[in-house]
Amino acid sequence: MNLEFLERKDFWSGVMLIAVGGGALFIARNYQFGSSLRMGPGYFPVILSAALVMFGVFFAVRGLRAGAERLQESWSVRALIIVPLALVVFGLLIDRAGFIPAMLALIIISAAASTQFKLIEVLLFSVFLTAMCVVVFVWALGLPYELITGIW
Amino acid sequence: MDLFNNLIFGFGVALSLQNLFYCFVGVLVGTLIGVLPGIGPLGTIAILLPITYNVSPVAAMIMLAGIYYGAQYGGSTTAILVNLPGETSAVVTCIDGYQMAQQGRAGPALAIAAIGSFFAGTVGTLLIALFGPPLADIALKFGAPEYFSLMLMGLVAAAVLAQGDMVKSIAMVVMGLLLGIVGTDVNTGTQRFSFGIFELTDGIGFIVVAVGVFAVGEIISNLAETHERRVLSAKVSSLFPSLQDMKQSWAPIVRGTALGCFFGVLPGTGPAIASFSSYMLEKKLAKDPDRFGKGAIEGVAGPEAANNADAQCKFIPMLTLGLPASGVMALMLGALTIQGIQPGPQVMTQRPELFWGLIASMWIGNLLLVVLNLPLIGLWVKLLQVPYRLLFPAIMAFSAIGIFSVNNSSFEIHLTALFGVLGLIWMRLGFPLAPMLLGFVLGPMMEEYLRRAMLMSGGDPTVFITRPISAAFIVATILILVVMVAPAVRKRREAFTD
Repeated sequence: MNLEFLERKDFWSGVMLIAVGGGALFIARNYQFGSSLRMGPGYFPVILSAALVMFGVFFAVRGLRAGAERLQESWSVRALIIVPLALVVFGLLIDRAGFIPAMLALIIISAAASTQFKLIEVLLFSVFLTAMCVVVFVWALGLPYELITGIW
Repeated sequence: MDLFNNLIFGFGVALSLQNLFYCFVGVLVGTLIGVLPGIGPLGTIAILLPITYNVSPVAAMIMLAGIYYGAQYGGSTTAILVNLPGETSAVVTCIDGYQMAQQGRAGPALAIAAIGSFFAGTVGTLLIALFGPPLADIALKFGAPEYFSLMLMGLVAAAVLAQGDMVKSIAMVVMGLLLGIVGTDVNTGTQRFSFGIFELTDGIGFIVVAVGVFAVGEIISNLAETHERRVLSAKVSSLFPSLQDMKQSWAPIVRGTALGCFFGVLPGTGPAIASFSSYMLEKKLAKDPDRFGKGAIEGVAGPEAANNADAQCKFIPMLTLGLPASGVMALMLGALTIQGIQPGPQVMTQRPELFWGLIASMWIGNLLLVVLNLPLIGLWVKLLQVPYRLLFPAIMAFSAIGIFSVNNSSFEIHLTALFGVLGLIWMRLGFPLAPMLLGFVLGPMMEEYLRRAMLMSGGDPTVFITRPISAAFIVATILILVVMVAPAVRKRREAFTD
């Protein structure tokens, strides 16, 4: 079997749209649909998710045809994992450890997403940037964050 | 005369110390991010939105608008000096601007770009002042069916006229509409798509989507490309264009302004289309088209005027009808809503200081840009040497602080990370992101207008074509679709995108 379509943009576009639209349709089946006169909470979502599924089918079929555009190669798996991870760690730390640890972690971890990561430079930069953010956001603009939980 | 009284009133508002300060900050930040590739006005405005909570609505809008047109300016500066378009709208400026710089005429190129932009900005400001009030008057008579049809037309036009695959644009509008629905249904209190998560009962935060997709997603995407940035800066000697330069430039500036104003009010057409059309037009009109690409000053003057006129005129549908014509305008609309102002034609009568103050500030901002930028060119070129490996962690830091400051919610930080990943997937699959944001902003409003229109008409969908204004919008929508799907246009459009 020819699996070449697995490398095509349109095929995966179709898969994505069918997944989102289908999922939304599945959830929205429990919402009251109502009538055109009195639209229920399900009316608009059902129409929209059905439209997404239709678009998805359109792309999937287009992607199965030969000669469709291929996926671009430029993916950085490293960035795709590390950049969101940096935000997640920031979210976890800011409630538990305070503003300074969260900022340092965010800057250092996200910097590691680049292939040109230099440890010493990033450490210095993170201290500088965190200090600047403390001055600007916490002291000058008065955002109500604990700098380090339990100490300040 | 009303117009003059209104403008004087507007200048009174814009020239207050506080508003002048925010205008200054806006254009300065705008130029800065315009100079730096890898961060655009969309991401920056999204990141800075939360900071505007604590200032007055007028000051907030003035600053955000300043970022927007300041970025166009900054983008052309680096296009001319180092052949690096900071923004997509400046791609065309590279062609002849950089050639001029190579020939030692960087100064006149920069000056003409500034003069052209300033002229276009002035005309754009006047147009808003002239056409804003009558448009808003018409819009005040709109009922629910008219609003629904208008939004439908806006969304379809934005999707169809945007660059890239038309069907993908429309699919993204639908995606945005669906995302906009998440949360509590206002009429019945039903929870929709909230997965039992408390933070989602108020809906997905506008800033979460915008920052996630346009700042975080953009960073992940940029990191996949590993080309080194080389900065070879041309020397700027004399700034002043010669009399000959001015003679060659004034007509392209006027034509570019006209083109920019035309494309500006059309939804979905970015400043890149305006500047590109202007370049093609000048090349066609020139007696000796061979000079283009080798440092023709017309190739800088026209496109620069066009992209600034476009940026300015995008405000017309947003301010008068509450209809965002581009991603940035969707953000501005979001900023208004966050400030507790219902966007639409009533803004002009209920908050005249906002409307006229913003317009006057745009003219002042354009003037500030001319005065500010030319002496600061050396500094901007220095800034280009900041490596991206340090720039993007800083953008991440500001994004995180911005989002967290809205609700102090770490859930929203995590949601932003998710939207960053989604943004990257959409980008790589060739889905444009701005139409999604338009849909997201308009989603809840469209549902409400549709519901009201249906209640009004007793469930009869013909209400949209029996009321004349609404019918006109529907006809326009169909026309746009038909014209774009027609094979001849389609072919040309594909050639254009390449």
